Amino acid sequence: MSWLTRLIERPKTILGKEGDTPDGLWIKCAGCSDTLYNKELERSEMVCPRCGQHVRVSAAQRASFLFDVDSYDECDTNLFSQDTLNFKDQMRYTDRIKAANKKAGNGDAARNYLGDIKGVTTSVTMFEFAYMGGSMGSVVGEKIALGMERALERRCPYLLITASGGARMQEGILSLMQMAKTSSVANRLQEAKLPFVCLLTDPTMGGVSASVAWLGDVIIAEPNALIGFAGPRVIQETVAEELPAGFQRAEFLLQHGLIDEVVDRREQRDYLKTLFEHLMARAYRQPN
Amino acid sequence: MATYLEFERPIAEMTSKIEELSLMGDDADINIAEEVERLNKKKDELVHRIYNNATRSEVAQLSRHPDRPNLLDYVPLIFDDFQELHGDRAFADDAAIVGGIARFREHSVMVVGHQKGKTTKEKIHRNFGMAKPEGYRKALRLFRLAERFDMPVLTFIDTSGAWPGIDAEERGQSEAIARNLMDLAVLKVPVISTVIGEGGSGGALAIGVGDRLFMQKLSTYAVISPEGCAAILWRDRKYAPQAAEALKPTAVDMQELGLIDGIIDEPKDGAHRDLEGAANFLAEVLYNSLTELLQIPVATLLKERENRLRNLGEFTRK
Repeated sequence: MSWLTRLIERPKTILGKEGDTPDGLWIKCAGCSDTLYNKELERSEMVCPRCGQHVRVSAAQRASFLFDVDSYDECDTNLFSQDTLNFKDQMRYTDRIKAANKKAGNGDAARNYLGDIKGVTTSVTMFEFAYMGGSMGSVVGEKIALGMERALERRCPYLLITASGGARMQEGILSLMQMAKTSSVANRLQEAKLPFVCLLTDPTMGGVSASVAWLGDVIIAEPNALIGFAGPRVIQETVAEELPAGFQRAEFLLQHGLIDEVVDRREQRDYLKTLFEHLMARAYRQPN
Repeated sequence: MATYLEFERPIAEMTSKIEELSLMGDDADINIAEEVERLNKKKDELVHRIYNNATRSEVAQLSRHPDRPNLLDYVPLIFDDFQELHGDRAFADDAAIVGGIARFREHSVMVVGHQKGKTTKEKIHRNFGMAKPEGYRKALRLFRLAERFDMPVLTFIDTSGAWPGIDAEERGQSEAIARNLMDLAVLKVPVISTVIGEGGSGGALAIGVGDRLFMQKLSTYAVISPEGCAAILWRDRKYAPQAAEALKPTAVDMQELGLIDGIIDEPKDGAHRDLEGAANFLAEVLYNSLTELLQIPVATLLKERENRLRNLGEFTRK
């Protein structure tokens, strides 16, 4: 077997495992089953150039797509989860944290950046889905609050990019309270008349969905992203009904009037730049 | 017919023994009255022992005890002139959340809370207290109404969670809950929330953001039900007791975490066996808290609420 056939015969599946970022040379698209050259996929921002499948990406990779080259820095990297409840399921929370740090870096499930999107300086919080399913605990809540406050200080827009299974159960009620905390701070952006945009990516569920993800002035989503309050399995068990086609997908939400637009990852920079400029333009200035 | 949970069975046995004895009347030779009194004392000790040593899983079961009072059981005992207000003005009237204006001693207040229902018929009508978006939107409409008329808001939490249904998702369950969290944070009137049964996740929090949070002694508040947590983290619902221990959902746990302003006592037999007693404890705490909050200027009130919310969470800064 030559090196080439070996590579082609064992393609990595893009969405084979939750949150895994493909790192092989060749990748099999979960959407159209086509085998793609990794570099080609990266060039199209991890969107399958053939079928448009949006592959889950890490915060660091998304940042590299979103911001202008060399225009951004990661902020608030000094916050770490702690096991206040001494929580233990089949595994200790402290061990889960260690495992997650190893897998997805020690930035917890959200990362803050300050950077330029086509020239518009923006404070951004991005969820890291690979880190414990992007679950929101105290660190994530604090990072969102700090990201918003950075926008307030700089008088710039705030962009929240979600990818989360919901609240982090291992922090018990403290994780639920992050919903109240982040929603409260969002009021200050509104008072300051600073744009707050939510970009919902696959998946955005539970406590994250039912709080800060839905409080932006404008809410957009990536194609086919799963977005909802209750998980589809829970709903199916509860109502014992077939779920409608496309249920809880971005396009379904758009149809039901719940989000403003579905925006392809490759067009998000242009979309956001234009939107932020409109929202900051203030054509009608109150006469004195 | 009173319902007794598995671990309450000794109480049931003792109670029926006392009842039997009381029925015997004066026919027998032994001094019935004395014996009944002795057994009653024993029963009180038993009750005290069972409820005070209850595991977290048992408290979770008590918090959703079938005989536990609902908000509408308390309303006539705590308030006067309750006028229920219905509907979200957009889609429907969600019976899982009730609300209205009432008089609380000398004050007019807005009362909003979950209502699980007692009879099977009422439970179905009220969807077991699991609200849909229209329920949260009705609540928000009433919060806004209260704000406009400088009326303090008292909310009562008792839900296993927001309704996980197709219809709820289609109408924006997430958005409805999120909106309430955001708007309650800046509502320009005092907001006091009390967990009177089950505080189930986002569906509870959606009417639970405010200036004061109280919990009745045998209530719980958690990010997910013990069963739901067990299903996810243990992949088996039968680990619910372990999940309840891990989640630390009791009033005592919440107080230790510094997340509540007080535990509201319950009568010795529990709210589920002494409605009036429970209502008295509830009214006392709420009245004192309201009296205190009514003295605080609105700017201070909002600043304190903002700080309180901003500081939620426990993490390490390095």
